[in-house]
Amino acid sequence: MEIPRHWRLKQQRYALVGEVCPHCEEKIFPPRDVCPYCGNEAKTQFTFSGRGTVFSFTTLTEAPAGFEQAAPYTVALVKLEEGPVITAQLTDLGDRPVEIGMPVEMVTRKIRAEDEARGVILYGYKFRPVMETPK
Amino acid sequence: MREVAVLGIGQTPIEEHWEKSLRVLAGEAALAALQDAGISRVDGVFVGNMMAGSANHQQQLGAYIADWAGLRYANALHVETACSSGSAAFRAGVMAVASGVLDVVLVVGVEKMSDSPGDEITAELATAADADWESAYGVSFVALNALIMRRYMHEYGWQHEHFALFSINSHQNALHNPYARFHSPLSLQEYLKAPMVTPPINLMDASPMGDGAAAAVLVPVEHLHRFPPKPKVRVVASTAATDTIAVASRRDPLWLSAAERSARQAYAQAGVGPNDIDVFELHDAFTIMSALSLEACGFAERGQGPRLALEGEIQIGGRIPICTRGGLKARGHPVGATGMYQIVEVVQQLRGEAGETQVEGAKIGMTQNIGGSGSNIITHIFRVD
Repeated sequence: MEIPRHWRLKQQRYALVGEVCPHCEEKIFPPRDVCPYCGNEAKTQFTFSGRGTVFSFTTLTEAPAGFEQAAPYTVALVKLEEGPVITAQLTDLGDRPVEIGMPVEMVTRKIRAEDEARGVILYGYKFRPVMETPK
Repeated sequence: MREVAVLGIGQTPIEEHWEKSLRVLAGEAALAALQDAGISRVDGVFVGNMMAGSANHQQQLGAYIADWAGLRYANALHVETACSSGSAAFRAGVMAVASGVLDVVLVVGVEKMSDSPGDEITAELATAADADWESAYGVSFVALNALIMRRYMHEYGWQHEHFALFSINSHQNALHNPYARFHSPLSLQEYLKAPMVTPPINLMDASPMGDGAAAAVLVPVEHLHRFPPKPKVRVVASTAATDTIAVASRRDPLWLSAAERSARQAYAQAGVGPNDIDVFELHDAFTIMSALSLEACGFAERGQGPRLALEGEIQIGGRIPICTRGGLKARGHPVGATGMYQIVEVVQQLRGEAGETQVEGAKIGMTQNIGGSGSNIITHIFRVD
């Protein structure tokens, strides 16, 4: 695993730190410094709430190399409440069927563990169904 | 700018070529194209390939292929745009000849996938996606297409079975293509009962990998008199457009903006519209991509791609025959070679060499090659006089 590549994205992987465009006020994730909506420079940090809904989802049984241990797992396009759509795994599903439109929230989980001697573990965001609060 | 013609074409069968290496495959297609053109020397070699660096531990494909094909000393280079690498190499060749920089160009698309284990190939294919924001989370390339397909079915109300005819049509046409990976018809029952891969994509929605190479020789139209006579197939449009590398970042993940842009530019270059296209080799890596490509190129309304298949319009004799030699689904999808197969097949159609699946009187043919999940899309239009 390439450690610097993931280390430099730690704010995004652990805390969903993106950007807000100072010109058109659109929220941007992942951060990209040039606003995809208006084309102006956008470097102002913005931390997302981590709440969103499932835009689409699927389940992988044949995983890419490095993810075999995790299979089967469910991935989704999650539409964040501030606007952007991001790609992530769903977690803590239990027997619950996933549906488009389902409310989800960000949690930090193990994404991938290296089985070589160094034993590096990559953590990052996943999304779980929003827990129903007792009335 | 000079007008460019396709003088020669060549291809290898697509299969698991255990006994043949990357360069042997490329060499076979290259020599077939040179022979078809009736020439033995070229000024330039453009190689389209996606994953030789990881799957075959070989880069430097320009010199590697030129050397093997007996074309050393030629200007040679490698072009990569993921699954549309073949068409990207072809377009680079077209630009070189059209500009007057080179006179005779050989383009080879090649992919040798069976040298690596399946899970490594799955990971290598995922390098066409965004490494930081898609593949880092274990999302495979099939999964990205599944995410698009599920949302498409949800928004437009289609059921899985409504995509069956895309695959059935490709399998039917491949029966008559000796170079195709599969020579087996596909029934609706077989499609519906195929094992689920990454829902809603099942095995019969997905194109198979394979080893293969396809090639073409390009020359300026104004030089055609110097070569043995052939049907005059001209490249009348060559266009390319990009979109966000990640599906999640698209304005509309259910619309192939790069396909729309490259098709619109191609129609303008060629001075034609969708109604003038006699045959269309599109990029049916997954059934959902057939629907999206037809919509973006103006053959169907938004969300209505499957209707064209259901109404029989994509078959030979229909309004817009697609995948006439088997498409990616049944001819096979040796990733970086696929675009060159599409081009070779359209040239076969325009020359009247498509045998049982010949589109009668085909004069104008189009190819569209999709790189990544829609991030780099290349469109060509050809015309025979």
